[in-house]
Amino acid sequence: MFAATALDHRNRRTQRAFKALFGLMTLMLITPVIIILTVLVVKGGPALSMEFLFSAPSNGMTAGGIFPALVGTVWLVAVALLASVPVGVASAIYLAEYAPDNWFTRLINLAIINLAGVPSIVHALFGVGAFVLFAGFGESILAASLTLAVMTLPVVIVATRESLQAVPKAFREACWNMGATRWQTIWKVVLPNSISGILTGVILEVSRTSGETAPIMFTGAALFLPFLPQGVLDQTMALSLHLFVLSTQVPNVPEHLEYGVALVLIGMVLAMNALSIGFRVYLRGRKKW
Amino acid sequence: MVDAEVKLSVRGLRISYGDHVALDGVDLDVRANEILGIIGPAGSGKTSFLRALNRMDELDTAMTVEGDILFDGRNVRDVRNVYALRRRIGVVFPLPVGLPMTIYDNVAFAPRIRGIRKRAQLDEIVERCLRRAALWEEVKDRLKALGSLLSGGQQQRLTIARALSQDPDLLLLDEFSIAVDPVTTMRIEDVLRGLKDELTIILVTNLVQQARRLADRTAFFLNGELVEVGVTEALFTGPVVDQRTRDYVEGRFG
Repeated sequence: MFAATALDHRNRRTQRAFKALFGLMTLMLITPVIIILTVLVVKGGPALSMEFLFSAPSNGMTAGGIFPALVGTVWLVAVALLASVPVGVASAIYLAEYAPDNWFTRLINLAIINLAGVPSIVHALFGVGAFVLFAGFGESILAASLTLAVMTLPVVIVATRESLQAVPKAFREACWNMGATRWQTIWKVVLPNSISGILTGVILEVSRTSGETAPIMFTGAALFLPFLPQGVLDQTMALSLHLFVLSTQVPNVPEHLEYGVALVLIGMVLAMNALSIGFRVYLRGRKKW
Repeated sequence: MVDAEVKLSVRGLRISYGDHVALDGVDLDVRANEILGIIGPAGSGKTSFLRALNRMDELDTAMTVEGDILFDGRNVRDVRNVYALRRRIGVVFPLPVGLPMTIYDNVAFAPRIRGIRKRAQLDEIVERCLRRAALWEEVKDRLKALGSLLSGGQQQRLTIARALSQDPDLLLLDEFSIAVDPVTTMRIEDVLRGLKDELTIILVTNLVQQARRLADRTAFFLNGELVEVGVTEALFTGPVVDQRTRDYVEGRFG
């Protein structure tokens, strides 16, 4: 009664073949990640030391550490966040909670999507024109960070809007029915239940910002500047550009130095991503409905 | 009954969503301290009617409301402070909506947004409203627990307590018993009977017998039309005014 027919056998074979094929694809997907990390750890690991992290490059960048670049990256990311998070979160709240659905807001949404698709080198040139020259900030942390901020705004806006929209509409309706204004509803119900998601988006933005090279190279990042920046109008070194320079512009750099810089950079990004995953887990644990 | 004060007076109400007309030509008076039942099959415009009363249509760009709604003699369209209007009208939805905050904060929400900050005063309001919604005994020891994690029936009573915390004149209930077990439904019905002395209730229900148990008068909506409104018992046993009403309440269609 339950004997398998020829068709059953064929179905089962097909099913096994596809499962194997898709599994293989998945394996191929993670292979590059594993190879990259292994090479970086093996070749760059020996370079890592307190001295490497906390001293300036020396001997025409063929020796010494990465401290100014590390500090510079922190400056660039921090100032970029200060600029992009308030603007991004505020506009996402406006778009998700206040804006009527009409041709104008649809146009704005389209613009945001397109902004996300603009190549980083184009952002770089925009930054030169808008911040370095027109606004008169010169090549500086401020100009470079604002360029990064413009580039990452779509990420913040989209992440914020999605976490706002994850809060059920019924909660808002219940508040409005009680005579709460839109702002009271946002402040007391919507934001407390989406803040973790917004933070996740912000952290992802940090990890992306810290690796960007093109947007900062003409707007404020210096090839070699073995001093720490004193303010936002100074130029600074940055890890990403430092890696580019060591690999392509300076002769006779010991291999382990280049890999060391790459390892620190990817370590920063991975640490940020881990933090972001941690937030997601925390968010799920605290879910209130 | 004829001389009873009119709480809500609706004239020539028409509600549409784009080209689709949800409700048209509705003239209806709701008397103070009565329970008015509204029955009718799905899609007959009952929920749209409730949404028009506290101007929730303004939050839905597709919804258009025409005609006059007089609340205590004032046209609700002319009320400048829509938030004050909504505070005087409590609403209970078909599916209970416990806000994702503590039980206490759920009930203290409305008092807080109208500016009450004193702890003792809030405590008093929370206890009174939870008692009136027949929920106090079950939750008095865990007011700090999440309101959204209560059972369906408890959440629905929490929603009623929250509506009462607005200190409303008018309570709108939209098929409140859909997600509630029969025993809890009976308890809530008792609560509603007790509330009648203090406020006016409009009870939209898909259960004809619930209207019969609770409502002083009942209105029958069908396909966007107010077919008939009258003393509830007359709809069931009185002389037939409109055959469609009698068919509906006797379960011959719908």
